[in-house]
Amino acid sequence: MAASVLLSKAVTMKSVARKLVFYVVALWAAISLNFFLPRLMPGSPVDMVLAKMGTRGQVLPEQRRAIEIMLGTSEDEPLWRQYIEYWAQLARGDFGLSVSKWPTPVSDIIAQTLPWTIGLVGLATVIAFTLGITLGTFAGWKRGSWLDSVIPFTTLLQSIPYFWLALILLFVFAVVLRIAPIAGGFSATGFQYGPQWSWAFIGSVVSHGILPAATIVLSSLGGWMLGMRNMMVSTLSEDYITTAKAKGLSPRRIRWVYAARNAVLPSISGFAISLGFVVAGSIVTEMVFSYPGIGYALYDAVTNNDYPLMQGIFLVITCAVLGANLIVDLLYSLIDPRTRARS
Amino acid sequence: MSQDQTTSPAEERGVGGTVVEAADLALAADSRPAPTTSKRRIPVTMTGKLATGLVIVGVIALVGIVGPFLLHDPAAIDSIGLQPPGTPGTDGSPHLLGTTQTGQDVLTQLVHATRGSLTIGLVVGVLAMVLASLFGVVGAYIGGMTDEAFSLFTNVVLVIPGLPLVIVISSYVSQRSVWIVALVLVITSWAGAARVIRGVTLSVRNRDYVMASVVAGERTWRILAVEILPNLLPLLASQFIFAVIAAILGEAGLSFLGLGAVDSWTWGTMLYYAQNSMALLRQAWWWFIPPGLMLALFGAGLSLINFAIDETINPKLRSQTRSSRKAWNLTKEQASELKKDTL
Repeated sequence: MAASVLLSKAVTMKSVARKLVFYVVALWAAISLNFFLPRLMPGSPVDMVLAKMGTRGQVLPEQRRAIEIMLGTSEDEPLWRQYIEYWAQLARGDFGLSVSKWPTPVSDIIAQTLPWTIGLVGLATVIAFTLGITLGTFAGWKRGSWLDSVIPFTTLLQSIPYFWLALILLFVFAVVLRIAPIAGGFSATGFQYGPQWSWAFIGSVVSHGILPAATIVLSSLGGWMLGMRNMMVSTLSEDYITTAKAKGLSPRRIRWVYAARNAVLPSISGFAISLGFVVAGSIVTEMVFSYPGIGYALYDAVTNNDYPLMQGIFLVITCAVLGANLIVDLLYSLIDPRTRARS
Repeated sequence: MSQDQTTSPAEERGVGGTVVEAADLALAADSRPAPTTSKRRIPVTMTGKLATGLVIVGVIALVGIVGPFLLHDPAAIDSIGLQPPGTPGTDGSPHLLGTTQTGQDVLTQLVHATRGSLTIGLVVGVLAMVLASLFGVVGAYIGGMTDEAFSLFTNVVLVIPGLPLVIVISSYVSQRSVWIVALVLVITSWAGAARVIRGVTLSVRNRDYVMASVVAGERTWRILAVEILPNLLPLLASQFIFAVIAAILGEAGLSFLGLGAVDSWTWGTMLYYAQNSMALLRQAWWWFIPPGLMLALFGAGLSLINFAIDETINPKLRSQTRSSRKAWNLTKEQASELKKDTL
């Protein structure tokens, strides 16, 4: 008994190590992609940025150097040396300086905007996931019930692009009914000096966050629900469900502990793909609502050709998605004992 | 301990899988002679969902194909400015869907945009499937290191969020043609399908008849094309539909951010112009509702077709309780009575 526990622990460590290796490779690929993209693109982005910087006032040599490391240099410096310096600069948390908000460091802008997005997207995703899985469990449990027949409509909701749903919600609630704020993450007139810790401010944040969050929840709910419903239906035909019924277990226990626990696994392992969609959706959603998150900052960077900021934000978004996937992946082996035993 | 044992799905199922799902048992185990319920119908059955999906997709495709021949210049301006639907233009003919800020006819733009969006969707869908099949089928069939490498590459591409990457690439290219936008979308959209295809190929590859043809000395390409591919066709079809939806939505998002192809009309560019001209605040609903509605309808139509394909691949997913009850002429009470009896 003790030996088998030890063995299963060793196996767990091995599968965790395998996952960690994958994410390290993915991270390396993402960072290298970020390094090579501006260097491979036509029209030498670095010259454009340096020219633009010149018009904004004095450019110190080290500021110029930081931009060159991020975007490539026009001088004949070997690529491998740039690559090493690039890693060194990233390790210091230095992404260069923003051009459109000269001379604010890119990392400051990211630090300012990231909490807004994590709050909004994180909360909305958790709500959509929990709600979708719960509804999907019931729909699959009672196939053909009214809840089950609602599923095609949620798919219709899912085919609506995020930004259009955002536009419609904004139009109905902010323009026509005038019961929701039209833009921003908090009331700009009420809090001219920026965010502060007070109940009034939190209230303002909540009232500004409802529509963007509703957009993300409505758009992603259907996918979770359908996936869970279909897996539930497949799982319910397994032998062990019949056995559980024959044993006389309560339907509630069969539904949640026997069926749902197994049926939820593909939804969790499919989290990676879904999270990409949610992140993509939230970028355009933030743009519609002028939400002060990282997606809006990316939009801002793109419209102003602020390449250093754009590169920095892309890197942070990628790392955040990788991190979230890693966490979900590790949780997965906790939830599913088979992944521990099988490998 | 005992709980773990019962929860883990019966992987080594009894030969033949004699235990029938409880709900089906109630109906199938009944010894009455089967009335003519076409239980064994050929592949895709024409259900309500499929018919609705086909009609929606067909009508929209027809609009995209025929429309631009009837309504010519989407950029033609008129001095009447932003007008609601039905307003006659300066030449006397009414604008059925109203006009934009510069007096352009919304309906004309809509039919040209339909053609543009469908073209992108089709091109990207086909190319993404080619890449996905290449990485999915070939890797899984060859196995060994090739499979490891292909699979690692696929998974890395999968976890790097697509839209941010697409945004970054497109913002570097200032003169974007439709082809560049399509290419960028292909690069970021094949990985999900490749992973699904790989999974199924792995299971098909190990079936006895494939082994038999290997032993019989069939050539590799023949085994791939004749023995394996036909089994993947329904899957490829549903993945293709997903790819088309994703491509159209991706292009719309990109265009909405102002990063679409220059000089092209798609649903996304219409929404971009509408958003930039404050159509929302001017309550010009006739400008931003039609393109989004087309997007949503087309996406929903394709999803409905996908449902039908999924149900063909996996008959368990059919919401059959209600329909089969009807087929057997049972009332709800009778059905649940039967279910109780058999349990």
